[in-house]
Amino acid sequence: MIVAEQKKVKEIIDMLGDDFNKLLIAGCGTCVTVSLAGGEREVNSLAEILRTYYANKGRDIEIETLTAKRQCDFEFIDEIEKEIKRNDIILSLACGIGVQHLVERYPKKVVLPGLNTSFYGATTAVGEWAERCIGCGECVLDQYFGICPVARCAKGLLNGPCGGSQNGECEVDPDTDCAWELIYDRGCELDRLEELIEYEPPKDWEVFRDGGPRTLVNEEYHED
Amino acid sequence: MTKSYSKVKNMLDAGHFVVCSELGPPIGSDPDFIRNKAKNLKGYVDGVNVTDNQTAIVRMSSIAAAKIAMEQGLEMIIQVTARDRNRIGLQSDILGASALGLRNVLLLTGDHQTFGKDPGSKNVFELGSVQLIKAVNDMVHEGVLINGDQMDTPPKMFLGGAANPFADPFEMQMIKMQKKVNAGVEFFQTQAIYNMEKFKYWMEEVRKRGIHEQAYILAGILPTRSSKALRMMKKYVAGMDVPDHVIKRMDQAEDKENEGVKMAVETIQQVKEIEGVRGVHLMPVAWEEITPVVVEEASLYPRPEVE
Repeated sequence: MIVAEQKKVKEIIDMLGDDFNKLLIAGCGTCVTVSLAGGEREVNSLAEILRTYYANKGRDIEIETLTAKRQCDFEFIDEIEKEIKRNDIILSLACGIGVQHLVERYPKKVVLPGLNTSFYGATTAVGEWAERCIGCGECVLDQYFGICPVARCAKGLLNGPCGGSQNGECEVDPDTDCAWELIYDRGCELDRLEELIEYEPPKDWEVFRDGGPRTLVNEEYHED
Repeated sequence: MTKSYSKVKNMLDAGHFVVCSELGPPIGSDPDFIRNKAKNLKGYVDGVNVTDNQTAIVRMSSIAAAKIAMEQGLEMIIQVTARDRNRIGLQSDILGASALGLRNVLLLTGDHQTFGKDPGSKNVFELGSVQLIKAVNDMVHEGVLINGDQMDTPPKMFLGGAANPFADPFEMQMIKMQKKVNAGVEFFQTQAIYNMEKFKYWMEEVRKRGIHEQAYILAGILPTRSSKALRMMKKYVAGMDVPDHVIKRMDQAEDKENEGVKMAVETIQQVKEIEGVRGVHLMPVAWEEITPVVVEEASLYPRPEVE
């Protein structure tokens, strides 16, 4: 899923500015709900904080809340057209994709991001997520026994660990596992260590975003 | 034996126990800073590494500093890390360095930028050390770039890589060392040795695999005069192994400079006895002026003359 975290309230308030009376806080019901950043609960709690803030400032601000099923599909943001149109500013608690999709659908509205979109990750503990994929466009998990060195090694090394790995810890952050230690352990378990001697050439980054923003077309379903 | 373009290689090929050292470029653009350091080293060492923005801190470029030092009559080993440049920049720099007459290169992945003073910089690491070695090997020996293009005048370089006897996982590090050899590495410089037992064991494993017969191994020596520096290295420098007895010894020493030289000399004498170690690489951090003293004390002066 896409993991995100909410921007600091002060940053949000500064971003909203003074020139509005009606605010819609729009959550998103998928990834960011699961990563506890932009679901119904977070939408409501941010609304409470902002209502209190503006009340204390003596400002008459109406705050409406909703959570779309998904902000990254027009189908679901069409459903909230009425709410969007009757407010001055839309604060989206979706990932950056949702924010941009709202902008595209409602170009005359001020749509602002309430989250910092972080990474593609998995839930590793309650309230904890860890990066597992960078969307490089050419999956190599088969070669590394199911552990991705592109996403999980701080240097993205494809031919073995750097010289800074000790006791299974990444040199950049002792709380992060060294991806190569994990790959090595898996290789031992599977008795396939000898496969790692093979030279892995530089990756083709053209299929990542280095080739420019990507569009993916599935011909079977695609309609022009 | 045919003499190559690299004096370091010629010395190693001739069977001499080679002495390399390190020269850290300044945070600034004063060429005299390099010239003065170079003068101090002349005659005492066979090759001088110039670090490439070591610990991810901006300094004068390795190639520029190496060129200045070379003009003082030193044989230089440029360092090239894959941290800051993609394949286009890296290959371009190799061509430029060779055109300037620089004939040795240590090819590294590079310290992560979060260790330096620009933790917010974008990391590149498009290639890792093994891929970088393969790329430069193909440039030098095949005259071909990563993209397959041929060049008229290929660079001439003696190719080095790093090896860390103290990093984990041990077996995986060995595999990686073998991969570096397969990719074209001709010499290794190791991480600084304070844990001699571990280093001896590592060399045993290196010999078991015959790596010492496929590439020259130069043992890393880090002379220091400070317990504080030893503690810092133990705690903060990734991939360093500093046993407590080493720190205790420095703590108890009255004349710490003298003790630092003694420790370095002892380490040199010990590694010299290990089969497969073909030289040393001295890397005194913030104490470069001690290199000639260590070389003399270790009875490695004067250096043999080789073309």
